[in-house]
Amino acid sequence: MMDTDLFVAWFEESSRLIRRERDRLTRLDAAIGDADHGTNLDRGFSEVCKALADDPPGSASEVLTTAGTILIRRVGGAAGPLYGSLFRQMGRALRESPVTLAGFAAAFEDGVVAIERLGKATPGDKTMVDALTPASRALALAVRDGVGVHEALVKAADAALEGAKATIPMQAKKGRASYLGQRSIGHEDPGAASAALLLEALASVAG
Amino acid sequence: MGVVLVSHSAGLAAEAVRLVRGIAGDDVPVAAAGGTADGGLGSSVEVIEKAVRSVDDGDGVVLIPDIGSSVLNARLLADEGKAVVVDVPFLEGAIAAAVTAGAGETLAEVVAAAEEARTHRKF
Repeated sequence: MMDTDLFVAWFEESSRLIRRERDRLTRLDAAIGDADHGTNLDRGFSEVCKALADDPPGSASEVLTTAGTILIRRVGGAAGPLYGSLFRQMGRALRESPVTLAGFAAAFEDGVVAIERLGKATPGDKTMVDALTPASRALALAVRDGVGVHEALVKAADAALEGAKATIPMQAKKGRASYLGQRSIGHEDPGAASAALLLEALASVAG
Repeated sequence: MGVVLVSHSAGLAAEAVRLVRGIAGDDVPVAAAGGTADGGLGSSVEVIEKAVRSVDDGDGVVLIPDIGSSVLNARLLADEGKAVVVDVPFLEGAIAAAVTAGAGETLAEVVAAAEEARTHRKF
């Protein structure tokens, strides 16, 4: 089971990993975007952690909804509305607390659909969807196979990381990088890289 | 009927509004929603919401975004029949929408006029 504290810890660890990797994310974004991904996310996730500490939420759903709302309001780049929609949709989908792995996997899938709908991106467009979709699939398979929560989240994190690396040879079809055309080939997508970090953070706190 | 121009740049949005007013008339309800809340390049759902409120007279608002997060943030505020985000060339769409809104047309007609700008040839 995944309790409210685990979800709060997820955002704390995400914030820590994003801060640690901030310069790498910004470098990736400098190659094919506007070089603000690392700093924007760092600021957004710091504010999420502050809000969760100031006013501790009572359920997993509330943690996710609060986080999503702050990211939408406080992150200036595309990552704000996208990650914000992911977490808010997950918060809406999660009715139970604590959360089962099956409930989490279903909510995560809903969240990824919300991102795809808002950004009109599909797998292969060189976006965060290329890391999130394999993670969602890994979670669904883990539920089917009846594996434990930690193992399932590790599989999801591995799938996201692999998905992020797979964006390197892709040509961007969505987002600012798409204006670069073929010049976007050869760089890892910063959104996919940060999505992989979020899943790494979750696997790490669930261990 | 209101029109909101959503740009990554506060300066660009403000100048686009000035140009649009010059063509469509000073009394056309067009508002600029440019940049982030702290004045940087980017977009902010709060800045856009404020602009929407400033031109919303109850008959609907058309939002015209430029690129990237402007599009995403504007789409977060889409509300069927009340706030419509259109996928059109920024300046041409803005002028077409504002002229039509200024003529007292409905939301659907303003959206259609903005969308026509997509296929309008300059020469």
